[in-house]
Amino acid sequence: MTRRALRLVAVTWWLQLRMMHRSAFDGVMQLVWPMFFATTALLIYRVGGDPDALTYAALGASVMTIWTAISSSASAILRRERGFGTLELLVAAPAPFALSVASIVLAVSTVGGYAIVATLLWARLVFGAHIAPDQPAVFALALLVTAAAFAVLGFLLSVTVVRYRTVWALGGALEFPVWLLCGFLVPVALLPAWVRGLSWLLPPTWGMRAVRAASAGQPAWADLAACAGIAAAYCVASAWLAGAVLRSARRHGTLSLS
Amino acid sequence: MNWLRILTIGGITSYRALFGWTSPWILVPSLLVAPLGQILLFAYIGRASGVGSDAFFVIGNAVQYSAMPCLFGATSTVVGERLQRTLGILLLSPAPRLALLLGRLLPVLLNGVGVALFGYLAGSALLGVPVRVGTLAPVALAIAAAAFGCTGLGLINAAIGLRLRDTAVLSNILFGLLLLLSGADVPLDALPPGLARISGWLPLTHGLAAARSLAAGGGLADAGPALLAEVLLGVGYGVVGVTLLRLLEVRARSAATLELA
Repeated sequence: MTRRALRLVAVTWWLQLRMMHRSAFDGVMQLVWPMFFATTALLIYRVGGDPDALTYAALGASVMTIWTAISSSASAILRRERGFGTLELLVAAPAPFALSVASIVLAVSTVGGYAIVATLLWARLVFGAHIAPDQPAVFALALLVTAAAFAVLGFLLSVTVVRYRTVWALGGALEFPVWLLCGFLVPVALLPAWVRGLSWLLPPTWGMRAVRAASAGQPAWADLAACAGIAAAYCVASAWLAGAVLRSARRHGTLSLS
Repeated sequence: MNWLRILTIGGITSYRALFGWTSPWILVPSLLVAPLGQILLFAYIGRASGVGSDAFFVIGNAVQYSAMPCLFGATSTVVGERLQRTLGILLLSPAPRLALLLGRLLPVLLNGVGVALFGYLAGSALLGVPVRVGTLAPVALAIAAAAFGCTGLGLINAAIGLRLRDTAVLSNILFGLLLLLSGADVPLDALPPGLARISGWLPLTHGLAAARSLAAGGGLADAGPALLAEVLLGVGYGVVGVTLLRLLEVRARSAATLELA
């Protein structure tokens, strides 16, 4: 069973990754689009003249790029399958639907991973941001866990909007709020008090804290654990939601019509 | 009369088609929530970095976001028709091209103005930036000039759409360049000199400068040269766009690539 599941994840991930590499929008844009925002933010911080703030922005800008890939692509995953005419097949297949969707989101996150590396290099080479993590292994682990947390958010998003026809617009609208709420470019402490509660509910907020802590040589494990724990809760909720939404869509005959 | 009918009815129909014939509520996430998100993001970056004021970022991003409907909408004049399989029919029809084109561009331009005005007012209200009622009409004029410039650039993008399949990517790149180089968030004197020189030749830059001056209570006489520069740039981009459209249409017809690009 585990072997079959792993094979499903691997094959789906590889197939989707290859498809995305053939698409200028899914492949190139996910790298270039957030880079404009990262560069603009870095230029603003450079005007401020504080090298620590520049490093802060560089780390945040690199991690936030992954959300671009997730919010725009993951939200439209099921719409795309519907467009291909494969959504019903995916639902009817004996393989768990949630696992298939999660594998697609994983491929989307992988493309976001390229953007993290590209933005870190961009910030280092063009802006001279000081990026030399004191704990490289923990730093890399924190990046991976944060990317996984984003993937879980994408999974939740994709199954939540299965019956929403114009989901492409929703994905784009969620991009900036999440960038702001998770403290990528602005410390969460600067946000209004009522907003901070929302920030703590999002696993990437904790992942970002872990990335910054690992970079500065501070303890990162508590933040990392919080990120993984909240992401796991989201994952369970998403899997349950996927089943509930699908049952409802099948019962009402809205899988392909919604 | 027929000219006016094609312009108005054709324009409104085409505008509705931009949103896939779905409910106008589709405007809310893409053209109301997203610009507000961008305004808040950069206003808070400004606060965190100690650069610029809330007013600087509110008007900068509100006006810059007018580029989104203008670039994408103008591009859809060609690409949308191709997706609906109506481009060939449209080009073969005896309808006057100018009425067809203006009918499609005017709603897009007005949409850009509406989005920017909403962003300016809602962003100001959320961040506590005072807005003087007397400056609203002049600011709207500057926004209209900026939207006009962006629509001109969008027309060039539309023409490229006759040769390029994935124009959404190009539209996004143009939007990103305008974000970076128009002075919306990064003061022009903080840009590297080479980029600052390019900035003066892009739409939006002058319109944005005029909007900032007018919002601060400056007179039309002060903002006049910037407004004129923006309109002239818009005309220039528009002329290049129409010429490119014509040239690439002829080429697409002769090479039978109208539906294949």
